[in-house]
Amino acid sequence: MSIEVSSISKVFGQQRAVDQISFSVGEGEIVGFLGPNGAGKSTTMKMITAALPATEGSIRVGGLSVANEPMAIKRLTGYLPEHNPLYLDMYVHEYLLFMASLYNIKGKAGRLRVEEMVILCGLTEEQNKRIGMLSKGYRQRVGLAQALIHDPAVLVLDEPTSGLDPNQLIEIRNLIRKVSEHKTVLFSSHILQEVEALCNRVIVIHKGKIVADDQLEHLLKRGGDQLIVEFDKAPPPMLLEQLPGIHGVVVLAPTKFQIKTDRGVDVRDHVVKLAMTHGLSLRELRQEEYSLESVFGELTQRPA
Amino acid sequence: MIPVFIKEINSFLNSLMGYLVIAVFLVAMGLLMWVFPETSVLEYGYAEMGTLFSTGPYVLIFLVPAITMRSFAEERKLGTLDLLMTKPVTETGVVIGKFLAAFALVVLSVLPTVVYYFALSSLASPAGNIDTPGVIGSYIGLVLLGGVFCTIGLFASSISTNQIVSFILAAFFCFLFYTGFDAVSSLFADGSLALLAKQWGILYHYESLSKGLIDSRDLVYFISLGGVWLLAAKTVLSSRTW
Repeated sequence: MSIEVSSISKVFGQQRAVDQISFSVGEGEIVGFLGPNGAGKSTTMKMITAALPATEGSIRVGGLSVANEPMAIKRLTGYLPEHNPLYLDMYVHEYLLFMASLYNIKGKAGRLRVEEMVILCGLTEEQNKRIGMLSKGYRQRVGLAQALIHDPAVLVLDEPTSGLDPNQLIEIRNLIRKVSEHKTVLFSSHILQEVEALCNRVIVIHKGKIVADDQLEHLLKRGGDQLIVEFDKAPPPMLLEQLPGIHGVVVLAPTKFQIKTDRGVDVRDHVVKLAMTHGLSLRELRQEEYSLESVFGELTQRPA
Repeated sequence: MIPVFIKEINSFLNSLMGYLVIAVFLVAMGLLMWVFPETSVLEYGYAEMGTLFSTGPYVLIFLVPAITMRSFAEERKLGTLDLLMTKPVTETGVVIGKFLAAFALVVLSVLPTVVYYFALSSLASPAGNIDTPGVIGSYIGLVLLGGVFCTIGLFASSISTNQIVSFILAAFFCFLFYTGFDAVSSLFADGSLALLAKQWGILYHYESLSKGLIDSRDLVYFISLGGVWLLAAKTVLSSRTW
Protein backbone atom coordinates (compact mmCIF):
# COMPACT_ATOMS: atom_id res chain seq x y z
CA MET A 1 0.00 0.00 0.00
CA SER A 2 1.42 3.33 -0.95
CA ILE A 3 0.42 6.86 -0.10
CA GLU A 4 0.26 9.33 -2.98
CA VAL A 5 -0.29 12.94 -2.09
CA SER A 6 -0.58 15.27 -5.04
CA SER A 7 -0.67 19.03 -4.61
CA ILE A 8 -3.03 19.17 -1.66
CA SER A 9 -3.85 22.34 0.19
CA LYS A 10 -5.90 23.07 3.26
CA VAL A 11 -7.24 26.51 3.94
CA PHE A 12 -8.65 27.49 7.33
CA GLY A 13 -10.31 30.86 6.92
CA GLN A 14 -7.52 33.19 5.80
CA GLN A 15 -4.73 30.82 6.65
CA ARG A 16 -3.19 28.29 4.29
CA ALA A 17 -2.20 25.57 6.73
CA VAL A 18 -1.00 23.30 3.96
CA ASP A 19 0.07 24.73 0.66
CA GLN A 20 0.35 22.60 -2.48
CA ILE A 21 2.10 19.64 -0.93
CA SER A 22 3.03 16.61 -3.01
CA PHE A 23 4.88 13.52 -1.93
CA SER A 24 4.57 9.79 -1.99
CA VAL A 25 5.39 7.04 0.42
CA GLY A 26 6.18 3.71 -1.17
CA GLU A 27 5.01 0.36 0.06
CA GLY A 28 6.86 -0.81 3.14
CA GLU A 29 8.66 2.49 3.59
CA ILE A 30 9.01 4.31 6.90
CA VAL A 31 9.01 8.01 6.31
CA GLY A 32 9.58 10.68 8.90
CA PHE A 33 7.51 13.82 8.63
CA LEU A 34 9.44 16.65 10.18
CA GLY A 35 8.63 20.23 10.84
CA PRO A 36 8.36 22.84 13.55
CA ASN A 37 5.11 23.20 15.45
CA GLY A 38 2.36 24.61 13.29
CA ALA A 39 4.04 23.62 10.05
CA GLY A 40 1.01 21.65 8.85
CA LYS A 41 2.10 18.12 9.78
CA SER A 42 -1.03 17.16 11.69
CA THR A 43 -3.33 18.74 9.14
CA THR A 44 -1.69 16.74 6.35
CA MET A 45 -1.98 13.55 8.37
CA LYS A 46 -5.63 14.20 9.11
CA MET A 47 -6.26 14.62 5.41
CA ILE A 48 -4.49 11.35 4.62
CA THR A 49 -6.63 9.49 7.16
CA ALA A 50 -9.85 11.03 5.81
CA ALA A 51 -10.53 12.89 9.05
CA LEU A 52 -10.41 16.24 7.24
CA PRO A 53 -11.20 16.90 3.60
CA ALA A 54 -8.50 18.64 1.56
CA THR A 55 -9.40 22.05 0.15
CA GLU A 56 -7.73 21.11 -3.12
CA GLY A 57 -5.60 18.34 -4.53
CA SER A 58 -5.99 14.60 -4.23
CA ILE A 59 -4.73 11.86 -1.98
CA ARG A 60 -4.60 8.18 -2.85
CA VAL A 61 -3.90 5.45 -0.37
CA GLY A 62 -3.33 2.03 -1.89
CA GLY A 63 -4.74 3.37 -5.15
CA LEU A 64 -8.02 4.47 -3.54
CA SER A 65 -9.04 8.10 -3.51
CA VAL A 66 -9.49 9.48 0.00
CA ALA A 67 -12.15 11.93 -1.16
CA ASN A 68 -14.27 9.30 -2.88
CA GLU A 69 -13.85 6.28 -0.66
CA PRO A 70 -13.27 7.52 2.87
CA MET A 71 -14.71 4.39 4.48
CA ALA A 72 -12.35 2.08 2.58
CA ILE A 73 -9.43 4.36 3.51
CA LYS A 74 -10.42 4.29 7.16
CA ARG A 75 -10.30 0.49 7.09
CA LEU A 76 -6.86 0.52 5.45
CA THR A 77 -5.17 3.01 7.72
CA GLY A 78 -4.31 2.99 11.38
CA TYR A 79 -4.04 6.44 12.87
CA LEU A 80 -2.61 7.66 16.13
CA PRO A 81 -3.67 11.30 16.48
CA GLU A 82 -1.62 13.97 18.14
CA HIS A 83 -2.03 14.05 21.95
CA ASN A 84 -3.37 10.50 21.72
CA PRO A 85 -7.01 10.97 22.73
CA LEU A 86 -8.39 8.12 24.84
CA TYR A 87 -11.53 7.37 26.83
CA LEU A 88 -9.98 7.74 30.25
CA ASP A 89 -12.77 5.99 32.12
CA MET A 90 -12.64 2.84 30.01
CA TYR A 91 -10.57 -0.21 30.82
CA VAL A 92 -7.71 -1.00 28.44
CA HIS A 93 -9.20 -4.30 27.42
CA GLU A 94 -12.67 -2.85 27.02
CA TYR A 95 -11.33 0.05 24.97
CA LEU A 96 -9.47 -2.19 22.56
CA LEU A 97 -12.52 -4.43 22.17
CA PHE A 98 -14.58 -1.34 21.35
CA MET A 99 -12.04 -0.19 18.78
CA ALA A 100 -12.00 -3.68 17.25
CA SER A 101 -15.78 -3.74 17.06
CA LEU A 102 -15.70 -0.47 15.10
CA TYR A 103 -13.83 -2.43 12.42
CA ASN A 104 -16.36 -5.18 12.64
CA ILE A 105 -13.93 -7.49 14.41
CA LYS A 106 -16.27 -9.04 16.94
CA GLY A 107 -16.75 -11.96 19.28
CA LYS A 108 -13.95 -14.48 19.41
CA ALA A 109 -11.94 -12.86 16.60
CA GLY A 110 -12.10 -9.56 18.48
CA ARG A 111 -10.93 -11.09 21.76
CA LEU A 112 -8.07 -12.88 20.02
CA ARG A 113 -7.00 -9.74 18.23
CA VAL A 114 -7.09 -7.70 21.44
CA GLU A 115 -5.07 -10.42 23.15
CA GLU A 116 -2.48 -10.22 20.37
CA MET A 117 -2.28 -6.42 20.57
CA VAL A 118 -1.96 -6.50 24.36
CA ILE A 119 1.04 -8.83 24.08
CA LEU A 120 2.58 -6.97 21.12
CA CYS A 121 2.35 -3.60 22.83
CA GLY A 122 3.45 -4.90 26.23
CA LEU A 123 0.19 -4.16 28.00
CA THR A 124 -0.31 -7.54 29.65
CA GLU A 125 0.07 -6.17 33.16
CA GLU A 126 -2.08 -3.14 32.52
CA GLN A 127 -4.92 -4.56 30.45
CA ASN A 128 -7.39 -4.60 33.31
CA LYS A 129 -6.70 -1.09 34.50
CA ARG A 130 -8.58 2.05 33.66
CA ILE A 131 -6.83 4.05 30.96
CA GLY A 132 -6.97 7.12 33.20
CA MET A 133 -4.77 5.30 35.74
CA LEU A 134 -1.97 4.60 33.25
CA SER A 135 1.24 6.55 32.87
CA LYS A 136 1.86 8.45 29.70
CA GLY A 137 4.09 5.74 28.22
CA TYR A 138 1.43 3.11 28.69
CA ARG A 139 -1.26 5.37 27.33
CA GLN A 140 0.87 5.77 24.25
CA ARG A 141 1.04 2.00 23.94
CA VAL A 142 -2.73 1.83 24.20
CA GLY A 143 -2.93 4.43 21.44
CA LEU A 144 -0.61 2.36 19.27
CA ALA A 145 -2.55 -0.81 20.01
CA GLN A 146 -5.70 1.02 18.96
CA ALA A 147 -4.11 2.13 15.70
CA LEU A 148 -2.95 -1.42 14.97
CA ILE A 149 -6.05 -3.30 16.03
CA HIS A 150 -7.26 -4.03 12.51
CA ASP A 151 -3.79 -4.81 11.16
CA PRO A 152 -3.73 -1.83 8.80
CA ALA A 153 -1.43 -1.77 5.80
CA VAL A 154 -0.78 1.93 6.32
CA LEU A 155 0.13 3.44 9.64
CA VAL A 156 -0.04 7.17 10.29
CA LEU A 157 1.43 8.23 13.62
CA ASP A 158 1.23 11.85 14.70
CA GLU A 159 4.01 12.59 17.19
CA PRO A 160 3.90 9.18 18.79
CA THR A 161 6.69 9.96 21.23
CA SER A 162 6.03 13.51 22.35
CA GLY A 163 6.15 14.01 26.07
CA LEU A 164 7.70 10.67 26.97
CA ASP A 165 10.68 10.20 29.24
CA PRO A 166 13.90 8.84 27.67
CA ASN A 167 13.21 5.23 28.68
CA GLN A 168 9.66 5.25 27.43
CA LEU A 169 10.90 6.93 24.30
CA ILE A 170 13.21 4.05 23.49
CA GLU A 171 10.50 1.51 24.30
CA ILE A 172 7.94 3.16 22.07
CA ARG A 173 10.53 3.59 19.34
CA ASN A 174 11.36 -0.11 19.47
CA LEU A 175 7.68 -0.91 19.42
CA ILE A 176 7.14 1.21 16.33
CA ARG A 177 10.09 -0.47 14.66
CA LYS A 178 8.69 -3.88 15.54
CA VAL A 179 5.18 -3.25 14.27
CA SER A 180 6.20 -1.38 11.17
CA GLU A 181 7.63 -4.36 9.32
CA HIS A 182 5.62 -4.94 6.17
CA LYS A 183 3.68 -1.73 6.72
CA THR A 184 3.83 1.66 5.12
CA VAL A 185 4.48 4.13 7.91
CA LEU A 186 4.31 7.89 7.94
CA PHE A 187 5.14 9.41 11.27
CA SER A 188 5.64 12.95 12.36
CA SER A 189 7.96 14.23 14.97
CA HIS A 190 9.97 17.22 15.93
CA ILE A 191 12.44 15.05 17.76
CA LEU A 192 15.23 14.53 15.27
CA GLN A 193 16.91 11.58 16.93
CA GLU A 194 13.62 9.86 16.50
CA VAL A 195 13.72 10.26 12.79
CA GLU A 196 17.37 9.30 12.59
CA ALA A 197 16.66 6.16 14.58
CA LEU A 198 13.59 5.00 12.72
CA CYS A 199 13.45 5.95 9.14
CA ASN A 200 15.44 6.13 5.98
CA ARG A 201 13.56 8.95 4.33
CA VAL A 202 12.60 12.35 5.65
CA ILE A 203 10.13 14.93 4.48
CA VAL A 204 10.64 18.34 6.02
CA ILE A 205 7.71 20.70 5.96
CA HIS A 206 7.75 24.34 6.91
CA LYS A 207 4.89 26.84 6.84
CA GLY A 208 2.74 24.45 4.85
CA LYS A 209 5.33 23.79 2.17
CA ILE A 210 7.77 20.94 1.65
CA VAL A 211 11.33 22.23 2.01
CA ALA A 212 13.10 18.87 1.73
CA ASP A 213 12.17 15.35 0.73
CA ASP A 214 15.20 13.11 0.64
CA GLN A 215 17.00 10.09 1.99
CA LEU A 216 18.33 10.77 5.43
CA GLU A 217 21.98 10.33 4.41
CA HIS A 218 21.63 12.75 1.49
CA LEU A 219 20.07 15.27 3.79
CA LEU A 220 22.91 14.85 6.25
CA LYS A 221 25.45 15.17 3.45
CA ARG A 222 23.85 18.42 2.52
CA GLY A 223 25.03 19.64 5.88
CA GLY A 224 28.71 18.65 5.64
CA ASP A 225 31.01 19.09 8.61
CA GLN A 226 31.68 21.95 10.93
CA LEU A 227 34.66 23.04 12.91
CA ILE A 228 34.35 25.03 16.10
CA VAL A 229 37.40 27.20 16.81
CA GLU A 230 38.07 29.37 19.80
CA PHE A 231 41.12 31.56 20.28
CA ASP A 232 42.41 33.33 23.39
CA LYS A 233 41.91 36.74 21.79
CA ALA A 234 40.15 38.11 18.78
CA PRO A 235 42.04 37.30 15.57
CA PRO A 236 42.57 39.89 12.82
CA PRO A 237 39.47 40.26 10.65
CA MET A 238 39.00 37.93 7.65
CA LEU A 239 41.74 35.63 8.91
CA LEU A 240 39.78 32.41 8.88
CA GLU A 241 38.18 33.18 5.54
CA GLN A 242 41.57 32.53 3.94
CA LEU A 243 41.34 28.82 4.78
CA PRO A 244 41.21 26.59 1.70
CA GLY A 245 38.11 24.56 0.82
CA ILE A 246 35.64 26.06 3.30
CA HIS A 247 32.08 27.22 2.74
CA GLY A 248 31.90 29.97 5.21
CA VAL A 249 32.68 31.25 8.66
CA VAL A 250 30.08 32.12 11.24
CA VAL A 251 31.16 34.36 14.10
CA LEU A 252 29.71 32.85 17.28
CA ALA A 253 31.57 35.20 19.64
CA PRO A 254 34.45 37.66 19.09
CA THR A 255 36.90 34.83 19.74
CA LYS A 256 34.77 31.86 18.68
CA PHE A 257 33.96 30.75 15.14
CA GLN A 258 32.09 28.05 13.30
CA ILE A 259 33.68 26.97 10.02
CA LYS A 260 31.54 25.03 7.56
CA THR A 261 33.15 22.57 5.19
CA ASP A 262 32.20 19.70 2.96
CA ARG A 263 31.82 16.31 4.54
CA GLY A 264 35.26 14.80 5.20
CA VAL A 265 37.29 17.96 4.64
CA ASP A 266 39.65 18.58 7.53
CA VAL A 267 41.16 22.05 7.90
CA ARG A 268 42.37 21.68 11.47
CA ASP A 269 46.05 21.67 10.47
CA HIS A 270 45.54 24.89 8.57
CA VAL A 271 43.87 26.52 11.52
CA VAL A 272 46.73 25.55 13.81
CA LYS A 273 49.26 27.00 11.33
CA LEU A 274 47.29 30.21 11.00
CA ALA A 275 47.08 30.56 14.75
CA MET A 276 50.81 30.08 15.14
CA THR A 277 51.75 32.60 12.46
CA HIS A 278 49.48 35.21 14.07
CA GLY A 279 50.55 34.56 17.63
CA LEU A 280 47.15 33.26 18.75
CA SER A 281 46.70 30.31 21.06
CA LEU A 282 43.85 27.86 20.61
CA ARG A 283 41.28 27.30 23.34
CA GLU A 284 39.07 24.95 21.43
CA LEU A 285 39.27 23.06 18.16
CA ARG A 286 36.43 20.67 17.60
CA GLN A 287 35.46 18.95 14.36
CA GLU A 288 31.90 17.64 14.24
CA GLU A 289 29.43 16.20 11.80
CA TYR A 290 26.88 18.69 10.80
CA SER A 291 23.84 17.10 12.41
CA LEU A 292 20.29 16.73 11.20
CA GLU A 293 19.44 19.37 13.76
CA SER A 294 21.49 21.93 11.94
CA VAL A 295 20.05 20.95 8.59
CA PHE A 296 16.59 21.12 10.06
CA GLY A 297 17.31 24.49 11.58
CA GLU A 298 18.60 25.82 8.30
CA LEU A 299 15.66 24.50 6.33
CA THR A 300 12.99 25.79 8.66
CA GLN A 301 14.38 29.10 9.78
CA ARG A 302 14.53 30.83 6.47
CA PRO A 303 11.25 32.40 5.41
CA ALA A 304 9.28 30.08 3.16
CA MET B 1 -23.82 2.27 15.30
CA ILE B 2 -24.12 -0.92 17.38
CA PRO B 3 -20.54 -0.73 18.77
CA VAL B 4 -21.15 2.89 19.77
CA PHE B 5 -24.43 1.92 21.41
CA ILE B 6 -22.81 -0.91 23.37
CA LYS B 7 -19.93 1.31 24.44
CA GLU B 8 -22.26 4.05 25.66
CA ILE B 9 -24.51 1.65 27.55
CA ASN B 10 -21.43 0.12 29.18
CA SER B 11 -20.16 3.52 30.16
CA PHE B 12 -23.51 4.33 31.84
CA LEU B 13 -23.65 1.03 33.66
CA ASN B 14 -19.94 0.87 34.56
CA SER B 15 -20.11 4.21 36.29
CA LEU B 16 -22.30 5.63 38.98
CA MET B 17 -24.05 7.77 36.39
CA GLY B 18 -26.60 5.25 35.13
CA TYR B 19 -27.59 4.00 38.55
CA LEU B 20 -27.78 7.51 39.91
CA VAL B 21 -30.19 8.57 37.18
CA ILE B 22 -32.42 5.56 37.68
CA ALA B 23 -32.35 5.90 41.47
CA VAL B 24 -33.09 9.63 41.45
CA PHE B 25 -35.98 9.21 39.06
CA LEU B 26 -37.50 6.36 41.03
CA VAL B 27 -37.06 8.02 44.43
CA ALA B 28 -38.57 11.26 43.15
CA MET B 29 -41.49 9.46 41.52
CA GLY B 30 -42.04 7.19 44.50
CA LEU B 31 -42.17 10.11 46.92
CA LEU B 32 -44.51 12.14 44.72
CA MET B 33 -46.76 9.19 44.02
CA TRP B 34 -47.09 7.67 47.46
CA VAL B 35 -45.67 9.87 50.19
CA PHE B 36 -46.11 13.63 49.76
CA PRO B 37 -49.68 14.43 50.81
CA GLU B 38 -50.28 17.06 48.10
CA THR B 39 -49.63 14.63 45.28
CA SER B 40 -50.08 11.19 46.84
CA VAL B 41 -52.68 8.90 45.24
CA LEU B 42 -53.40 7.44 48.65
CA GLU B 43 -54.60 10.84 49.90
CA TYR B 44 -56.29 11.66 46.65
CA GLY B 45 -58.48 8.59 46.79
CA TYR B 46 -58.82 7.90 43.08
CA ALA B 47 -57.05 4.96 41.44
CA GLU B 48 -55.26 6.87 38.74
CA MET B 49 -51.66 7.61 37.88
CA GLY B 50 -51.97 11.27 36.90
CA THR B 51 -49.28 12.26 39.39
CA LEU B 52 -46.64 10.11 37.69
CA PHE B 53 -47.45 11.40 34.24
CA SER B 54 -47.78 15.07 35.14
CA THR B 55 -44.67 15.35 37.35
CA GLY B 56 -42.54 12.75 35.55
CA PRO B 57 -41.71 15.05 32.61
CA TYR B 58 -40.42 17.74 35.00
CA VAL B 59 -38.06 15.27 36.61
CA LEU B 60 -36.94 14.16 33.14
CA ILE B 61 -36.27 17.78 32.13
CA PHE B 62 -33.39 17.69 34.62
CA LEU B 63 -32.35 14.08 34.38
CA VAL B 64 -32.16 13.63 30.62
CA PRO B 65 -29.81 16.60 30.04
CA ALA B 66 -27.64 15.14 32.83
CA ILE B 67 -27.46 11.87 30.91
CA THR B 68 -26.72 13.42 27.54
CA MET B 69 -24.58 16.42 28.49
CA ARG B 70 -21.27 14.56 28.27
CA SER B 71 -22.00 12.50 25.17
CA PHE B 72 -20.45 14.82 22.58
CA ALA B 73 -19.12 17.65 24.75
CA GLU B 74 -16.65 15.38 26.48
CA GLU B 75 -15.62 13.55 23.33
CA ARG B 76 -14.85 16.83 21.67
CA LYS B 77 -12.91 18.07 24.64
CA LEU B 78 -10.83 14.89 24.90
CA GLY B 79 -10.36 14.71 21.13
CA THR B 80 -11.81 11.22 20.98
CA LEU B 81 -14.44 12.42 18.54
CA ASP B 82 -11.70 13.08 15.98
CA LEU B 83 -10.36 9.61 16.62
CA LEU B 84 -13.80 8.11 16.21
CA MET B 85 -14.16 9.92 12.91
CA THR B 86 -11.08 8.18 11.52
CA LYS B 87 -12.78 4.85 12.19
CA PRO B 88 -15.17 3.34 9.66
CA VAL B 89 -18.31 4.73 11.30
CA THR B 90 -20.60 7.38 9.93
CA GLU B 91 -21.66 10.48 11.82
CA THR B 92 -25.25 9.28 11.60
CA GLY B 93 -24.20 5.97 13.13
CA VAL B 94 -22.49 7.70 16.04
CA VAL B 95 -25.46 10.01 16.69
CA ILE B 96 -27.99 7.20 16.56
CA GLY B 97 -25.85 4.90 18.69
CA LYS B 98 -25.55 7.55 21.36
CA PHE B 99 -29.24 8.40 21.15
CA LEU B 100 -30.28 4.77 21.57
CA ALA B 101 -28.04 4.38 24.61
CA ALA B 102 -29.46 7.48 26.32
CA PHE B 103 -32.99 6.45 25.35
CA ALA B 104 -32.42 2.96 26.75
CA LEU B 105 -31.39 4.48 30.07
CA VAL B 106 -34.56 6.61 30.14
CA VAL B 107 -36.69 3.55 29.39
CA LEU B 108 -34.85 1.66 32.12
CA SER B 109 -35.71 4.39 34.62
CA VAL B 110 -39.36 4.60 33.61
CA LEU B 111 -39.92 0.85 33.40
CA PRO B 112 -39.96 0.04 37.16
CA THR B 113 -42.84 2.46 37.69
CA VAL B 114 -45.07 -0.05 35.92
CA VAL B 115 -45.23 -1.66 39.35
CA TYR B 116 -47.32 1.35 40.46
CA TYR B 117 -49.97 0.33 37.96
CA PHE B 118 -50.30 -3.12 39.46
CA ALA B 119 -50.27 -1.75 43.00
CA LEU B 120 -52.99 0.77 42.17
CA SER B 121 -54.99 -1.78 40.28
CA SER B 122 -55.17 -4.04 43.34
CA LEU B 123 -55.91 -1.09 45.65
CA ALA B 124 -58.80 0.06 43.48
CA SER B 125 -62.33 -0.73 44.54
CA PRO B 126 -63.38 -3.03 43.08
CA ALA B 127 -59.88 -4.37 42.33
CA GLY B 128 -58.82 -3.73 38.74
CA ASN B 129 -61.01 -0.67 38.39
CA ILE B 130 -58.40 1.49 36.65
CA ASP B 131 -58.20 3.24 33.29
CA THR B 132 -55.82 0.77 31.62
CA PRO B 133 -55.86 2.28 28.09
CA GLY B 134 -55.18 5.71 29.59
CA VAL B 135 -52.19 4.34 31.48
CA ILE B 136 -50.84 2.59 28.39
CA GLY B 137 -51.24 5.75 26.30
CA SER B 138 -49.57 7.81 29.01
CA TYR B 139 -46.62 5.42 29.18
CA ILE B 140 -46.19 5.61 25.42
CA GLY B 141 -46.31 9.40 25.73
CA LEU B 142 -43.81 9.48 28.60
CA VAL B 143 -41.35 7.23 26.79
CA LEU B 144 -41.62 9.23 23.56
CA LEU B 145 -41.19 12.44 25.52
CA GLY B 146 -38.08 10.99 27.16
CA GLY B 147 -36.82 10.12 23.69
CA VAL B 148 -37.37 13.65 22.39
CA PHE B 149 -35.59 15.04 25.46
CA CYS B 150 -32.65 12.74 24.66
CA THR B 151 -32.41 14.10 21.11
CA ILE B 152 -32.53 17.67 22.44
CA GLY B 153 -29.82 16.79 24.95
CA LEU B 154 -27.61 15.26 22.28
CA PHE B 155 -27.93 18.33 20.11
CA ALA B 156 -27.08 20.61 23.02
CA SER B 157 -24.06 18.44 23.79
CA SER B 158 -22.88 18.56 20.19
CA ILE B 159 -22.67 22.33 20.01
CA SER B 160 -20.44 22.88 23.04
CA THR B 161 -17.34 21.41 24.60
CA ASN B 162 -18.56 22.52 28.00
CA GLN B 163 -20.83 20.05 29.73
CA ILE B 164 -22.45 22.68 31.93
CA VAL B 165 -23.42 24.74 28.90
CA SER B 166 -24.86 21.63 27.26
CA PHE B 167 -26.85 20.82 30.38
CA ILE B 168 -28.36 24.28 30.69
CA LEU B 169 -29.17 24.53 27.00
CA ALA B 170 -30.74 21.09 26.97
CA ALA B 171 -32.85 21.75 30.06
CA PHE B 172 -33.98 25.05 28.57
CA PHE B 173 -34.98 23.54 25.23
CA CYS B 174 -36.73 20.63 26.94
CA PHE B 175 -38.69 23.05 29.06
CA LEU B 176 -39.46 25.27 26.08
CA PHE B 177 -40.78 22.40 24.04
CA TYR B 178 -42.62 20.79 26.92
CA THR B 179 -44.60 23.72 28.29
CA GLY B 180 -43.17 26.80 26.59
CA PHE B 181 -45.35 26.64 23.49
CA ASP B 182 -48.36 25.92 25.64
CA ALA B 183 -47.68 29.04 27.67
CA VAL B 184 -47.15 31.10 24.50
CA SER B 185 -50.50 29.95 23.17
CA SER B 186 -52.28 31.73 26.01
CA LEU B 187 -50.97 35.05 24.63
CA PHE B 188 -53.10 34.72 21.52
CA ALA B 189 -56.66 35.91 21.68
CA ASP B 190 -57.36 34.23 18.36
CA GLY B 191 -58.36 30.62 19.07
CA SER B 192 -56.94 29.05 15.92
CA LEU B 193 -53.58 30.77 16.37
CA ALA B 194 -53.51 29.66 19.98
CA LEU B 195 -54.20 26.09 18.91
CA LEU B 196 -51.44 26.26 16.34
CA ALA B 197 -48.96 27.43 18.97
CA LYS B 198 -50.14 24.74 21.35
CA GLN B 199 -49.68 22.06 18.74
CA TRP B 200 -46.00 22.96 18.39
CA GLY B 201 -45.41 21.97 21.98
CA ILE B 202 -44.99 18.50 23.43
CA LEU B 203 -47.65 18.92 26.12
CA TYR B 204 -50.55 19.03 23.66
CA HIS B 205 -49.59 15.70 22.11
CA TYR B 206 -48.60 14.18 25.43
CA GLU B 207 -52.01 14.95 26.90
CA SER B 208 -53.74 13.66 23.84
CA LEU B 209 -51.90 10.32 24.17
CA SER B 210 -52.66 10.12 27.89
CA LYS B 211 -56.37 9.92 27.13
CA GLY B 212 -55.68 6.42 25.89
CA LEU B 213 -56.18 7.15 22.23
CA ILE B 214 -53.00 6.38 20.32
CA ASP B 215 -53.33 8.90 17.52
CA SER B 216 -50.85 8.53 14.65
CA ARG B 217 -50.62 12.33 14.44
CA ASP B 218 -49.14 12.43 17.93
CA LEU B 219 -46.72 9.61 17.15
CA VAL B 220 -45.64 11.37 13.95
CA TYR B 221 -45.12 14.57 15.96
CA PHE B 222 -42.83 12.92 18.50
CA ILE B 223 -40.85 10.98 15.92
CA SER B 224 -40.37 13.90 13.57
CA LEU B 225 -39.43 16.30 16.39
CA GLY B 226 -36.82 13.82 17.62
CA GLY B 227 -35.61 13.29 14.06
CA VAL B 228 -35.11 17.01 13.53
CA TRP B 229 -32.97 17.33 16.67
CA LEU B 230 -30.89 14.29 15.71
CA LEU B 231 -30.41 15.67 12.22
CA ALA B 232 -29.28 18.96 13.75
CA ALA B 233 -26.78 17.12 15.96
CA LYS B 234 -25.48 15.18 12.97
CA THR B 235 -25.12 18.41 10.99
CA VAL B 236 -23.10 19.96 13.79
CA LEU B 237 -20.78 16.94 13.77
CA SER B 238 -20.33 17.13 10.02
CA SER B 239 -19.59 20.84 10.20
CA ARG B 240 -16.15 19.96 11.61
CA THR B 241 -15.07 19.13 8.05
CA TRP B 242 -16.49 22.26 6.41
